[in-house]
Amino acid sequence: MNRATAAGIVRGGAFAAVGIAFPFVVHAAWIVNIGVLTVMYAALATAWNLFSGYTGYISLGQVAFFGLGAYSLGIAFEHFGIGSGYNPFWALPLVGLGVALASLPIAWIALRTRHMTFAIVTLTLLFIVQQLAFNLRSLTHGSSGLMLPTPSFAIDNYDRPFYLAMLALLLLALGLCRLVLRSKLGLMLLAIREDEEKARGLGVRVTTAKLIAWWLSIAVTAMVGGVWAYYLTFIYPEFAVDPLVMIGAVLMTFLGGRGTLWGPAIGAIVLVPAQQYMLTRLGASQLYLVGYAAVFIVVLLLLPRGILPSLQDALARSRERQRTRRNRIARREAAV
Amino acid sequence: MHGVVQAIILGVLIGGVYALMASGLTLVFGIMRVINVAQGALVILAAYLSYALFTHLHIDPFLSILIVTPAMFVLGVAVQLVFVRSLRGPDASELSLLVTWALALGIEGALSAVFKTTYRSTLPSYTYHSWNVFGYQVGVVRVLGFGASAFLLGVLSLLLTRTRFGRAVRATVQNPTAATLLGVDSNHVQTLSFGIGVSMAAAAGAVYGVIYPFNPGSHYDLISRLLSIVVLGGLGSIGGAVAAALTMGVVESVVAVEISPTWAAFSFFIVLIAFLLVRPQGIFGLRERTL
Repeated sequence: MNRATAAGIVRGGAFAAVGIAFPFVVHAAWIVNIGVLTVMYAALATAWNLFSGYTGYISLGQVAFFGLGAYSLGIAFEHFGIGSGYNPFWALPLVGLGVALASLPIAWIALRTRHMTFAIVTLTLLFIVQQLAFNLRSLTHGSSGLMLPTPSFAIDNYDRPFYLAMLALLLLALGLCRLVLRSKLGLMLLAIREDEEKARGLGVRVTTAKLIAWWLSIAVTAMVGGVWAYYLTFIYPEFAVDPLVMIGAVLMTFLGGRGTLWGPAIGAIVLVPAQQYMLTRLGASQLYLVGYAAVFIVVLLLLPRGILPSLQDALARSRERQRTRRNRIARREAAV
Repeated sequence: MHGVVQAIILGVLIGGVYALMASGLTLVFGIMRVINVAQGALVILAAYLSYALFTHLHIDPFLSILIVTPAMFVLGVAVQLVFVRSLRGPDASELSLLVTWALALGIEGALSAVFKTTYRSTLPSYTYHSWNVFGYQVGVVRVLGFGASAFLLGVLSLLLTRTRFGRAVRATVQNPTAATLLGVDSNHVQTLSFGIGVSMAAAAGAVYGVIYPFNPGSHYDLISRLLSIVVLGGLGSIGGAVAAALTMGVVESVVAVEISPTWAAFSFFIVLIAFLLVRPQGIFGLRERTL
């Protein structure tokens, strides 16, 4: 095991330990609630990064599959009786696998187009799924919403199981990202991001690589949607497939650093608590949206590469400066 | 049969208005590879401006186009200078998508703060008048809206084909580097074109407010249609955008009459996906290579 791998494992273990300990140390329900949202966005952003960050194809429709995951779990409750308490969590992998499989044909069509068109086609996917949720009333109950049974968790720590489920998904997403980055698939994806035509020319199976990354990303996204639906116990089309959730996940990835491993999670940890604060302070006056938009624009214009890459650059520069200074001193001493 | 013909007439009339909005969007893309996701929000902003002019100053909504359009042109130029121009580098197009989306959210928030979220409509005295042409009912406002849109599209096409500025624009679309080498000031062309794209949204917005009720959230519905239209037409092609907008208008109103109004908006997305399966570059689009 080389040093980088060991450091990575230590970093991951520390993150997981702090994450798991959090709801057992902090008991205030409102803080754990913010924790659930933070970890949810971190998982969504990490999953988004797994496809869009590594391939360079910006997908604006990921939240459509978040909504599909939410509705799948809701519909499973109503029609198949997947139990209560902790049992529904075990249905999640099926939801994830199913939604991701179902999304492959549509992804294949969308991936026939190039970057800009792809972004737009995925954005229309978001509206397609929202329309479906409104229109397929027999399954989704349309705009009157779909009710899920309220789980019988102890009222004091009601949020804790959901927090832990979201955290498990975040760790899964991070693990997948790390696996992908370390594998041949990761190299293929980065080659696609740099120059797709050249990658294809060199024999990279570009469509297969993109579809695998898409599949993994959607599977996690759909499972997060499922947990979220169970947490809220009530889903509406406008909230299950919400463009704001999409833009939130994208913003967090940009803030933390696209294409990095930890960037999206860091972006979420910075942004979600700030967002919740703004929501409680400005929510009533609709100015919340304006504030959110302003933050987004500032991030994109001033820090387009994100926190992590900018930090790494600064670090590399300061090391470089130190090295030149040390060299200069050494040279001067040699001259003396 | 009568119902279908009636639906086609309505569809073409509505499609014309969408063509105006979409042509602005696709023009801007052709010149600077920027998708203005805020186009829908700008349409709604113009609809509110025209609504305010009508309710407070009693200016006819179709006349207010003459006021709203120049005002929004200035706004468009400002948006380009402040937000869009500063985006550089290989990811500029994709970043612009996100910046303009954020702008759309900002406009939505500001409009909800000022006008609240109740649905509004600009209702001049002739709103519900209609003509009877060979047994088909044709609403006055829809004809006026279509006429205004067709007129403005004509002006745009004359501007692009008959003037020096138009030639500079077309040169930039074909080959930005060569155009710059031949003395086209690309910054100037980009800024003015963005302004023109936004004024198209403005004029269409004044019409939109007369035809449909709207609230600040309506821009999502608009932008999803507009994006589908420009992709179906082929990004950057104005002719394609017009053809796709008319297709959308007709498909939606025929489905609304023959199948069910709830599936009308959905039907056009299906047309788009099916079409992309056959022709990923859209009706008149060129195959998009690495940008």
